[in-house]
This record gives sequence, structure tokens and C-alpha cells, in this order.
Amino acid sequence: MNEPAIYGLMAEFDTPDEIVAAAKRTHAAGYRNIDAYSPFPIEELWEAIGFHHNRVALVVLIGGILGCMSGYALQYWVANIAYPINVGGRPFHSWPSFIIVTFELTILFSVLSAVFGMLALNGLPMPYHPVFNVDRFSRVTEDKFFLVIFSSDTKYNDGETRAFLQSLGPKSIEEVPS
Amino acid sequence: MTQLLEEVESGRKRAPVIEPGHSFNTVTKKISDIVLLRPLSIGWIAGLLLCFGLVNLLLVAVGYLFLKGTGIWGITIPIGWGFAIVNFVWWIGIGHAGTLISAILMLLRQTWRNSINRFAEAMTLFAVACAGMFPLIHTGRPWLAYWMFPYPNTMGVWPQFRSPLIWDVFAVSTYATTSLLFWFVGLIPDLATLRDRASNIWVKRAYGALAMGWRGSARHWSRYETAYLLLAGLATPLVLSVHTVVSFDFAIGIVPGWHTTIFPPYFVAGAIYSGFAMVLMLAIPIRSIYGLKDFITERHLENSAKVMLGTGLIVAYGYAMEAFMGWYSGNRYDSFLLWNRLHGPYAFWYYSLLICNIGIPQVLWIRKFRTQPVLLFLVSTVILVGMWLERFIIVVVSLHRDFLNSSWGMYYPTKWDWFTYAGTLGLFMFCMFLFMRLLPSISIFELRTLLPESKVKAE
Repeated sequence: MNEPAIYGLMAEFDTPDEIVAAAKRTHAAGYRNIDAYSPFPIEELWEAIGFHHNRVALVVLIGGILGCMSGYALQYWVANIAYPINVGGRPFHSWPSFIIVTFELTILFSVLSAVFGMLALNGLPMPYHPVFNVDRFSRVTEDKFFLVIFSSDTKYNDGETRAFLQSLGPKSIEEVPS
Repeated sequence: MTQLLEEVESGRKRAPVIEPGHSFNTVTKKISDIVLLRPLSIGWIAGLLLCFGLVNLLLVAVGYLFLKGTGIWGITIPIGWGFAIVNFVWWIGIGHAGTLISAILMLLRQTWRNSINRFAEAMTLFAVACAGMFPLIHTGRPWLAYWMFPYPNTMGVWPQFRSPLIWDVFAVSTYATTSLLFWFVGLIPDLATLRDRASNIWVKRAYGALAMGWRGSARHWSRYETAYLLLAGLATPLVLSVHTVVSFDFAIGIVPGWHTTIFPPYFVAGAIYSGFAMVLMLAIPIRSIYGLKDFITERHLENSAKVMLGTGLIVAYGYAMEAFMGWYSGNRYDSFLLWNRLHGPYAFWYYSLLICNIGIPQVLWIRKFRTQPVLLFLVSTVILVGMWLERFIIVVVSLHRDFLNSSWGMYYPTKWDWFTYAGTLGLFMFCMFLFMRLLPSISIFELRTLLPESKVKAE
């Protein structure tokens, strides 16, 4: 318990170019348990830290298919089984009039799965996270870019990792207490 | 920015999407300071109080309606759909521009939309809230409105899915949900910005709770961008379907003037037409009062004016087609409808509609009218009035004289009709006033991506 618990080392950068270059080098150096933080989406950045595929689209596809099927099934069941109404001898299974609600429920389920799927995969809401312990990190929602190598990375070594981060030319390096 | 370069190269110099000289700091500061630092002004308080008065008028009007029933309105047979449906269609149409800006223009990679999408989406939400109220109170027994949703009940009754009115319930409620979520997802990174910039601990906690611990992780951004893009892709067909379904409320019926296949596209175009007029009526004062002319530039005004001009012409085509079918169909009821519009008791309003929606907006062909805020504001007002008249003509003139002249009648709105309408205008503006001071009215993180320094240069 004498060792101070460190969550990781955080390097700060000023521009998108710098952080992307730094993230690429960090990934190339073999660090895998890393994350980068930016005030706006940078496609090159998530590619650089080796995050190539997210599963949001799959979640939305499943949600959409479920919405479509449940929408149609609901109407079929209501119009044919639960509450059939004979309107001038027209068929109970009058599918053209079921298209619209089916469509709307497809969209609704897809939207719900996109939003809540994205939040769930991101692990949000998460009110507390160790990176918030670094004071300067509040600039991440404004104009600064941060790269963190987590201490859980197999290659992580206090001295070496710090030296490596220093070689990337960051503006500052700070310890992230856990 | 490549887009800017292309324009300079093409020899035509247009106003930029964002004035030069801004950085990540200044963009963030300028927009978040409106929420966090700007003191309350007399004008804002006065405006809010005025709208609050109108909200109370709405409460009185609706309260009295619940007490007495829809008989306090001007609706009678044959005109069972009076102001309630006119206002419903008008409000929901206004909402459509917000979704068009946030979703369709995003798919088309129109980056200029980044500085107007946030408040346009807020406008959508508030307009849909106003719209949704009308069919609800028009049912007469709004406390039973949940009967329209399919749920297992002891009565053993289920909704009739062959009815356009039930389609409406699904379309509008899906639209409201989607608009809310789309708007909220767009807000998350900006709420985090407010959290990090707020000095008051309670303000910080409030925005922090809403931001849900957003920390700008690259993995999060990746999923966020995918989700946002998919939401835009889903909202696009949705917004087109909503006004299509609204038009089905009419087109599925057999009343002359309603039973026509041109309604869906013509309604959607009219919705976007009126919506952009409302966007401009909000954007023009907002940009000058809050000093946002750097972000909502002449370019935005001009582009919106062009959208209005385009959709206005589609609407004009719709009117022309209606008149043409009145003559060409050879159907006596259809040709009577045309005659009745031009010479009947509501002819004055039909001509007013033509002047407001087709005549006056043609000034937008002139560049000055597209870039001069005051002129543009006036044209937008005219269009909003015109679009309201359009719905009035469609609802009332079609109903008041149908097949049998023994069942003809006239429609006279009562003061309660007007109070309810004025009340929803107040509610809409009340929400807009609060929104302007409580949330970032321009998407900060999307503005950052418009800055040249946000682009990663290829190695």
C-alpha cells in the first residue's frame, strides 16, 4: 500500500495534428491500453489508437428489425385475432394500411437503440472517472487534447512510459491518480 | 477549408460560414458565456414575462375547454375541423425545418448547418409540443387520449390501424421522441463544456448530471459519430413521413380538395417552407441580440432564403396542380371547389394566401432580399401567415361546402379559438426564451470542427 495508486499517465497536446501523431506513435510502440481525449470528434484519432470498429450500427440494425417485426405483428394480431372489425367486407389482413405504423415503429426502435446503445457501449452515464482528477483535463471540452496510457497496460512502467511520453513532445505530463 | 477555397476559386465571393479569426477558445467562450456569464437583460425578462402571460392565457383557454367542451370553439357540422387542425398542421410543419437542417443537411454534408442546427432543433421540439396539443384537446375528452395507444385493457378494445388518425398518433409521437433524442445527443458534449466552465458548484452539478460524465474519449466519439449519423439517416425518412401522414388525414378522406395524391409532397414542401421562415424569424433577432453574427452569417440567411424560394415554388406548383385538376378532372365537385375558392365567401383569404405564399416571396430572387436581415424577416413573416392561411383554406373551405348544398355552412372562430392559438405562440416563445439562456444555442463542438485548425493534415 506504500505505492501511490496511479491510474495512468496523461500527456497534453495543443493541436489535433500533434495528438494524432502522438497517438499513432504510442500505438506503434506497443501500448494498447490507451485512450485519447478531444474536444470534438477526430476520425484519425480513434483510428490511431486502434479503435477501428464500433458496434453501434449493428445494435441499430437489430433494433430496427425488431421494431419492424413487432410493429407489423402487433397490427396483424389486433386486426385479425384480438379485435377483428369487418369494414364493408374488406379483408382483416389489410396489409397496405399497416405499412405506415410498421415504418414508424421501425424508425422508433432504431432511434432508441441508436441513442441508448451508444450510451450503453460508452458506459455512460458515468459521473466519476479518474481522468477528471487532473485539473487541466477540464480543458478537454474546450481546446486541449489529451493522451492517456493506463497503468493497466502490460507494457506500462512508470519511468519508461513517462520517458516515452516525454519523447512525444507534449505540453505537459501528469499522473492520473486513481 | 476546402469548401471556402472552392468558392474563392470559382470567382464568386460569398459570406463565410464562420467569420475568420476564431479559435477553439473564442468559439467556446462566446457561446458558453451567453449561458454562464451574461447578465439577465430587461428585454429578456420582459419578453419572458409577456410570453408567460400568453402561457397563462393558454391555460385559461384549455381549462375552460375542459370544463365546457369543444362547443366553446367555432366548430360545427359541417366544419368539424376548425382552428385545432389548422394550427396542428401549421405547428408541425414549422417543426420540420429543424429536422431538415439537422438531419438532411447533415447527410448532404452542408456544414453551414452546424451553426443553426441546435436552435432549429429546439424550435422543432417546441413546435411539435404545441402541435401535439391540438389534436389532443380537439378530441373533446383528452383525458382518454391514451385509448389511442395499443395497450391491453379490460374493455377488450384495440385501436383501428386502418385509420389515418391512428397513423398520425404513431407518426407524431415517434417524431417527438426522435426529435428530443436527436437534440439531446447533440447537446451531450456541449453540456460537458458548460460543466467544465461553470464556476458555481450547483450550476456545475446540474450540467454535469445532464452531461452524464462525457469526457471526450476517442472511443466514445467514434460511437457517438456513428450514432449521430445513423440518427440523421433515420430522421430523414421520418420527417418526410410525418407530414405525409398528416396529409393522409386529409387525402384518405373523400372530401373534394382533400382527396388528392399531390398532398404528401405538397405538404412536406409547405412544411419546410414555413419552417425555414420560422428559423429565420428566430435567427435574425438572436444573431444580433446575442452577438452571434460571426457564426450565423449572411451565408446562413441567404441559404435559408434559397431553401424557402425552392420549397415555395414546389408549393406554388401544388396550388397550380389543384386548380388544374379542378378543371381537368371534369368532376363537378372538384370544379366547384375551385370556383368556391376563387369566388366563394372565403375568396379574400384564398387570394391573400396566393399573395403571401407565391407573390411576395418571389422578391427572394433578388440578392438584397436574401441578405438584408430586416427585409428577410418581413418576408418570413408573410410566409408564415401565408402558410397558416393555406391550412385554413384546406381545412375550412373544403369542408364548408361539400356534396349537398343542404349541408353547407360557415365557420366563425370564437375568441377561445384565438386565445388557444395565441397561447401556443406564447408557449413556443416562452420555451425559446428559456432555451436561449439555459442551453448553448449553437452547437459548440460542431462549430469547432468548422475551424480550419480542426483538420488533421495528412502526413
